[in-house]
Amino acid sequence: MEAFVQLNGLVAPVDRVNVDTDAIIPKQFLKRIERSGFGQFLFFEWRWDEQGNVIPEFSLNKDRYQGASVLLSRANFGCGSSREHAPWAILDYGFRCVIAPSFADIFYNNCFKNGILPIKLTEEQVDDLFKRTEAKEGYKLNVDLENQVITDEDGLNISFEIDAHRRNFLLKGLDDIGLTLQHEAAITAYEQRRAASAVV
Amino acid sequence: MFEKIWENHEIVSEQGKPSILYIDLHLVHEVTSPQAFEGLRLSGRQVRRPELTFATMDHNVPTKDRFNISDPISKQQVDTLTANCKEFGVKLYDLNTIDQGVVHVMGPELGLTHPGKTIVCGDSHTSTHGAFGALAFGIGTSEVEHVLATQCLQQAKAKTMCIRFNGKRKPGITAKDMILGLIAKYGTDFGTGYVMEYTGEAIRELTMEERMTVCNMSIEAGARAGLIAPDETTFAYLRGREYAPQGAAFDKAVEQWRALCTDEGAEFDLTLDFDVATLIPQVTWGTSPGMGTGITDSVPVPEELPTENERKAAKSAIEYMGLKPGTPMTDIEIDYVFIGSCTNGRIEDLRAAASVARGYKVNPKVTAIVVPGSGRVKIQAEKEGLDKIFVEAGFEWRDAGCSMCLAMNPDVLQPGQRCASTSNRNFEGRQGRGGRTHLVSPEMAAAAAVQGRFVDVRKWDFKAEVTA
Repeated sequence: MEAFVQLNGLVAPVDRVNVDTDAIIPKQFLKRIERSGFGQFLFFEWRWDEQGNVIPEFSLNKDRYQGASVLLSRANFGCGSSREHAPWAILDYGFRCVIAPSFADIFYNNCFKNGILPIKLTEEQVDDLFKRTEAKEGYKLNVDLENQVITDEDGLNISFEIDAHRRNFLLKGLDDIGLTLQHEAAITAYEQRRAASAVV
Repeated sequence: MFEKIWENHEIVSEQGKPSILYIDLHLVHEVTSPQAFEGLRLSGRQVRRPELTFATMDHNVPTKDRFNISDPISKQQVDTLTANCKEFGVKLYDLNTIDQGVVHVMGPELGLTHPGKTIVCGDSHTSTHGAFGALAFGIGTSEVEHVLATQCLQQAKAKTMCIRFNGKRKPGITAKDMILGLIAKYGTDFGTGYVMEYTGEAIRELTMEERMTVCNMSIEAGARAGLIAPDETTFAYLRGREYAPQGAAFDKAVEQWRALCTDEGAEFDLTLDFDVATLIPQVTWGTSPGMGTGITDSVPVPEELPTENERKAAKSAIEYMGLKPGTPMTDIEIDYVFIGSCTNGRIEDLRAAASVARGYKVNPKVTAIVVPGSGRVKIQAEKEGLDKIFVEAGFEWRDAGCSMCLAMNPDVLQPGQRCASTSNRNFEGRQGRGGRTHLVSPEMAAAAAVQGRFVDVRKWDFKAEVTA
């Protein structure tokens, strides 16, 4: 997994609450057996109409948001299906950071497994970021995970909370299976203890 | 109860780090596993405990002519699961077995789901198994690989919430109405970060299958998992099942299971009350499971909602759903009915739907399909003659699978089609691009199929006999 330390990137807004993982990556694209190549299908049904024409009103179709790497959205982002194809699509499209007032648990967890930083801010802070993004074409944020701050060129400076372990995990791009396997002896001992007592 | 299960499975607990939690049962299906098996191969790892890992194929499988998967990518995914299970020694219930079915129907049927177990699957509706007092939750594909390789997960402990379902259900009110009503009242994210335990008189009176319906949709409230304390209903369901302890071992297990129940006076981080006595049959009107109301109610008027975000969301949902604010729910006409899924695809669900459909005909403009949750459900239904009731009424009787719950197989709504569905999600495009989903109970779905619009099933004229 690629480490996440710092990011300076264009912000793209998706101004909806409860963005579900079916919307992020519709089911017809879950049939691939690889992890890659999902970005082209990100928000598929919001980007193209039924005839395959571009829906120009959708933010990600606007010229000004091309090349964005920070995704800004509303509460309960990533709700619904556990599909990890959602963060795969977000990452493959080019986003490394998602900012929202709240995230669904499974999606939030899946982000860290893929080197995506999900940042929770207050509703007011997110509102302010939507306004700033709307007001200024080419609006960029600097996301510094090391120091847990978000800044922009206009003097914005917001600190954000993140679990210390998760932060460390992203900063170093760790392999968590490897980390668990460091406890191999404890796992084996547990299995032996359980087998002996047959606790279910 | 959550604390007890957690303690029984916590192998490593270090300050400031997630715990390492042992997993007793890992269920696997074809959609969220191929990249996990590939990960094992790339890193030269094995499945640590193949005997605790069970697989089936459910999401992609056609519900008619099931061996002929015409979509080559679907077929590849199904074939990949077969090959992976063979390579890594994982037990697979494939299309040739009667146990094949929606993974959360299959597990309990086989007796794999026990009180006190930790159960995971790369599927958010793993919360279903919480109905037995198991700690069961959905995980992503990276975590599927993690569990395959280590039989463990790194987990931070969730907060605990107690939901008290107070009062008695009135006739015509189902477990589905209880959970839809709860989510309509409190929203789709009030459970985020919590494991919910459902308690109260109305929960104790539910059958095992009804409890599964409630726990199934815990994820729609945002909860990590839903739990119901095991009791005689649970034990009676489990006794004699293939993977349940047998004979004296079963009685010993029951003793241990009883001890799991939440102690009197235990404290939860949050407790919520929900009145079941005043509940009426629920129908969703929007594109989030929380956008629901009673059948006697109307589509809301967005301007009357309290917050700007709610107004915006409701406006956009109503537009997508092709509805008019203020329309009575009973005026909404439908084109399609789907009865099935891990929420409502079990035998009792089919019995309930059949009792409504018996002696009636599906409205000529409605296509109605019944998809049993598993091969076993299908066989049982056929033994009871439910298939005949459905077919005579004009429903299509299909083979087991996830089907139109998420429409990865050929069962897909066409743009603009409106469906009364017993599944769990009404998201935009969930059942097919432009498709409009209304979540309801099996009884309400069957009644809607007959009338061609939503009706209050409490007023249904049940017929004892099938009439021509």
